[in-house]
Amino acid sequence: MSQYLIRRLLILIPSLLGISLVIFTVLALAPGDPFEELATNPNVPAEVRAALRAKFGLDDPVMVRYMRWLLAMLNGDWGFSFVSRVDVDTLILQRLPVTLVVIGSSQVLALLIALPVGVYSATRPYSIFDQIANLLTFVGFSLPTFFTGLLFILLFSIYLDWLPFVYRADIDATGWAWYWEHVKQSIMPVAVLGLFQGATWTRFVRSAVLDMIRLDHVTTARAKGLPEQAVIVKHVVRNALIPVVTLVALQMPVVFGGAIVTEQIFRVPGIGSLLISAILANDTPVIMSVTFVFACLVLLFNLIADVLYGWLDPRISYR
Amino acid sequence: MHFSPGREAWRRFRRHRLAVASAAILSLMILAVLVGPMIWQVPINEIDFTARLKGPSWSHPLGTDDLGQDLLARMLYGGRISLAVGLAAMVVAILVGTIIGAIAGISRGSVDAALMWLTDLFLALPQLPLLLLVIYLFRDSLKEIAGPEMGVFILIVIVIGGFRWMPVARLVRAQFFSLREKEFVEAARALGASTPRQVVRHILPNSLGPVIVAGTIDVAAAIIAESTLSFLGLGFPPDIPTWGRLLYDAKDYLDFAPHWALFAGAAIFLAVLTINFVGDGLRDALDPRRVM
Repeated sequence: MSQYLIRRLLILIPSLLGISLVIFTVLALAPGDPFEELATNPNVPAEVRAALRAKFGLDDPVMVRYMRWLLAMLNGDWGFSFVSRVDVDTLILQRLPVTLVVIGSSQVLALLIALPVGVYSATRPYSIFDQIANLLTFVGFSLPTFFTGLLFILLFSIYLDWLPFVYRADIDATGWAWYWEHVKQSIMPVAVLGLFQGATWTRFVRSAVLDMIRLDHVTTARAKGLPEQAVIVKHVVRNALIPVVTLVALQMPVVFGGAIVTEQIFRVPGIGSLLISAILANDTPVIMSVTFVFACLVLLFNLIADVLYGWLDPRISYR
Repeated sequence: MHFSPGREAWRRFRRHRLAVASAAILSLMILAVLVGPMIWQVPINEIDFTARLKGPSWSHPLGTDDLGQDLLARMLYGGRISLAVGLAAMVVAILVGTIIGAIAGISRGSVDAALMWLTDLFLALPQLPLLLLVIYLFRDSLKEIAGPEMGVFILIVIVIGGFRWMPVARLVRAQFFSLREKEFVEAARALGASTPRQVVRHILPNSLGPVIVAGTIDVAAAIIAESTLSFLGLGFPPDIPTWGRLLYDAKDYLDFAPHWALFAGAAIFLAVLTINFVGDGLRDALDPRRVM
């Protein structure tokens, strides 16, 4: 297992390099110049600007600049936010836990919906339950997260007045009240993301189980006289999860995209809303780093999927 | 009884009732945004402060926004842009995906491995952050070259399409791998057909079914992507009311003018839902192996 993990980690390195190359290329190709402001400022003489450019190495060839940027990123020197005057890595570390909690709980919610509904639909294909579930999953993944978010706010915050629609980080309560407030303000963002993902995954689970249920080993298990529940759980679902895990890993970029939107709607102080505010404020170091962090998170979840894959499918474990 | 392939596909598509109904609704929507502005000739930017944030009425069937502009006219105009972005981004994704998948599928070896590495890399990229990054960096310079409307349109279409070609490339490659060994291709090869001729005349036409299905779903995804960008305030400028932009403007007036957000959101939802159902029906029709 550890050997498998190490191999997987080694495969990550070229991917990370590739992603950093893509991000850097985008930045290098972009018009505009970090010293543009100095150029238009009449108090800064041209020689000073040239000296600054030379000092920060902006006139060097692209490859040299890429290597320098990469080394700085590796050393933990992620730059300095123009707007909030804080180091970018502290800023991101402040915001990251909220994002991870919201994404994590929404994924759990999605699984809690997708597994039972998908399996039940697939064991009774074309029944009334299956048809209704199918219709609802289509509605679920056709509703964009920003629209569901607004609908939830309209229903639960404006008409019913049950839930707050602005996420607050500073809640002045202690003990259970503090937890309760946090749960209350997390319900809508988590539900918006979780329902969307749940709808997509239900389809994956249903089709994977449907493929698996017709195979011979399932018939054998039934013929042995195993109870139906044991057949479904041990012989069908476990095997069906293998393709589902792959598809879920491929969905990770979509999940993070949805997280950015929900954080923006509900003003959740995570890295998604940090990215949007940085873009609106032209805060380039923050934009670059947050994009890179999102890429790393996607790769991390792919790694987790790979590990799960190795656990679910013993045939590929130690290869 | 014998059917031609086209009629066989149509017969299978027809059996999917939701897909047929969706195709009808979708055609109506497309017709509405194409012909609608000629019939409903209210200008999209006529400001009328006496009719601010009004709900639906006879003079404004979908109500008005915060400047008293007619929402029906704006929705019809914005729908053109939203649907056009969806279609154009789909074309970009299909073109890039087909070319890369075809090259990888026909050439095997190191070219195939390199292209598939590239595909996997793109699949692992966080798409929305990069979309935002690219648009943030390139928006102003493209505006200067192609004008505010066209510049943003081209940028959004290329960027959305450029992040959605990977599934198509994988599909096409997989199709090529199986079709390449089929007897009819071997026959063409034996008759002396060159590789490009084999690809264009024999392999590509036979691998198009799943690509059409993927392309349909891509239109829906591209519409969502464009609306997301506009909703975050980073898509089209305010004077081009795409459906996502309408929703972005409406979200601050949710408590006293909910009709504004509801109509725009419902339009996006309906377009995406019907396209997804049509895609599902097309899958039944064109990709028969997947049907149980």
